[in-house]
Amino acid sequence: MTAQQKSRGFIRRLFEAESLEEMAIAPKVGVYAALAFWTLIVLFPLYWVLVTSFKIEVQVDSGPFYLPFVDFSPTLDAWNFMLLENNTLGPYLNSVVVALSSTLLALLFGSLAAYALVRIRFQVKLAAVLTFIVLLIAVIAAVALGAPWQAATAIAIALFLLALGTFVRRFEAAVGNNDIEFWMISNRIMPPIVAVLPIYVMFQHLRLLDTQFALISTYTGVNLPIVVWLTRDFFAGIPLDLEESAEIDGASKFRVFFTIALPLVRSGLAATFMLVLILTWNEFLLALFLTNANAQTMPVLVAAQNTTRGPQWWYMSVLIVIMIAPVIIIAGFLQKHIARGLLIGAVKG
Amino acid sequence: MTISAAVQAQRLKREARDEWIDRHSGRIMVLPAVIILLCFAIFPLIVSVYLSLCRFALAGGGFKLTFIGLFNYKRLLFGAQQYHFLGTLKPLETPEWILFAIYMAVILYWLGRYTVASFTVAGFIGRLISVALATGIVLAALATLPAGGYEGTLLTTCFYVIVGVSVQFLIGLALALLCAQPIRARNFFRVVFFVPLMVTPVGVAYMFRMLADMQKGPFAPVSAAMGLTAWSWATEAWSARLMVLIGDTWQWTPFVFIVLLAAIENQPRDQVEAARLDGASSWQIFRDITWPAIAPVAGTVVLIRLIEAFKIIDIPNVLTAGGPGLATESLTLHSFIAWRTQDLGGSAAVGYLLLFVSTVTCASFFNYVVRWTRRFQ
Repeated sequence: MTAQQKSRGFIRRLFEAESLEEMAIAPKVGVYAALAFWTLIVLFPLYWVLVTSFKIEVQVDSGPFYLPFVDFSPTLDAWNFMLLENNTLGPYLNSVVVALSSTLLALLFGSLAAYALVRIRFQVKLAAVLTFIVLLIAVIAAVALGAPWQAATAIAIALFLLALGTFVRRFEAAVGNNDIEFWMISNRIMPPIVAVLPIYVMFQHLRLLDTQFALISTYTGVNLPIVVWLTRDFFAGIPLDLEESAEIDGASKFRVFFTIALPLVRSGLAATFMLVLILTWNEFLLALFLTNANAQTMPVLVAAQNTTRGPQWWYMSVLIVIMIAPVIIIAGFLQKHIARGLLIGAVKG
Repeated sequence: MTISAAVQAQRLKREARDEWIDRHSGRIMVLPAVIILLCFAIFPLIVSVYLSLCRFALAGGGFKLTFIGLFNYKRLLFGAQQYHFLGTLKPLETPEWILFAIYMAVILYWLGRYTVASFTVAGFIGRLISVALATGIVLAALATLPAGGYEGTLLTTCFYVIVGVSVQFLIGLALALLCAQPIRARNFFRVVFFVPLMVTPVGVAYMFRMLADMQKGPFAPVSAAMGLTAWSWATEAWSARLMVLIGDTWQWTPFVFIVLLAAIENQPRDQVEAARLDGASSWQIFRDITWPAIAPVAGTVVLIRLIEAFKIIDIPNVLTAGGPGLATESLTLHSFIAWRTQDLGGSAAVGYLLLFVSTVTCASFFNYVVRWTRRFQ
């Protein structure tokens, strides 16, 4: 070993491996120590929540107790209260229904759109898009000024069709697949707080506030960009010939999509499904705006535990445990797929 | 005869219909997604503009919107709500002016170099917009950070975004590099490190409130030994902000980690092996081989984190309810609080300002950094 090598700092040696498969003892210990330290950081909060859920009020208030059966005796009091006496199962069921159905819908519509954008060439006249936006703004302005929305919409549709048939044809400029894709994905940049006020007002008008329908449809819209973004690359990665031969045999595009393309990307779909499911399951802001008592989901219920007496940690912990247990179990199995799915998304960006 | 003719006609009709569907299948496939996005993104976006230009008042069972122009924005940027959005401003003094001059020199150098090297009108206008936003934020920071000023929600959000994302990126990258070493139990670490991402942010906030309780939390003996029992992190601005940042970092570091680890594992091993045989140090290998290979992924990961970080609300809302004072209030929380106090117009205006800040920041990051990391591809 030369003097120069010896003088290398500890941090550098941490990354040093004598061969690809073997590391020297000192760096090896360093790596394991660092990883173990972070493992502790990750697991201790979760352990604390789990332990607290088996405590009663006095065991929380009279100072920290760490080990069940050693320095305090665990009880199922909090679990009994939250699951049997408190109305927890209602929000839990809401969360399950809303998360599953909106994820499936987003997956269906998103992958359909992504597939079409990968395989079929689109040419939408720029003039048509601009006309549409102008008319949409005009309708909103008219309704804001007091016009009945049915009439305004009808007139706008008529004008739009008229425009399509007349001057739109004269312009050459068009938006292609990449532009449509970019538009769809870029919707994710929008902070939900910007969209939620009008959505709130809209559902209030439709008398659909505090229903599962409102949440499911909103979440579908919010998550669609992610689905398009991820599945686009999965579809682009599958070979064309299978689909082409099916089409020569006379299968329709829909048939090809459902029977050939979708099964080929199923591991990517599983990753996307998990990711969107977790995002929806944990979503707080939109649920806070759009639900009240009937369609309340778990994050809102958890956040509402801040009572006047301060949060009751033992009850709260039960809620957090039952919220995170199922996702952690599923994600543990699918973790590899999720990582791969995210990587593909990040590489192609 | 007639029956078979009828069947024939029906079949023709069905075939015509199928053919029509097949010819338009592309549009039919894209249409649902477009309609959903129009309903839940474009339509709200336009209505929000209108709301932000109005005063909202409850009136007789319904509500009334009065058009008031740009008043809501003026109030946030220059008027009665300035302390909330920008912060309590204090006139700049010599040290701040010097810092500002340094900042301006850097920016002008950057703009000048761009003008000389590769000038396009669109690129220049884009850079001017980025510079305008950055200058605004820097000025607000210089006017509020010294004693006498007080930071508003804009700066608090920028603090969460800039410091939070940097810390998460650095820890995530370090963990990914450590995990990519030839060690046993890599998959164990991978699964464990992934877990915080699954936990609902509201839960994360309560969890950290529980852990940071100075009297009955698990670290109470430590704080008692240090004589800190009477002190509370929730009463001081920077310790409260730090707490929010810790929660956010605990939750989001795994995202950076998992993607970067996958990227490192994906890079071809032979280059690394060859370099090692040639006697390259680990640092050289990282700098010249690993980093260029994972830089594009790293750029995109940071971009995604930036987009999401601007939306932060759950953790500050539950952990501190935005307090003490305004110290931990993010822009989304600001907008939410305005909505709760029936100030719908103000709420929409804050939302729009957030949209502007986050879009310009993310677009700038994409154009100046992510594009740059992809230059090797």
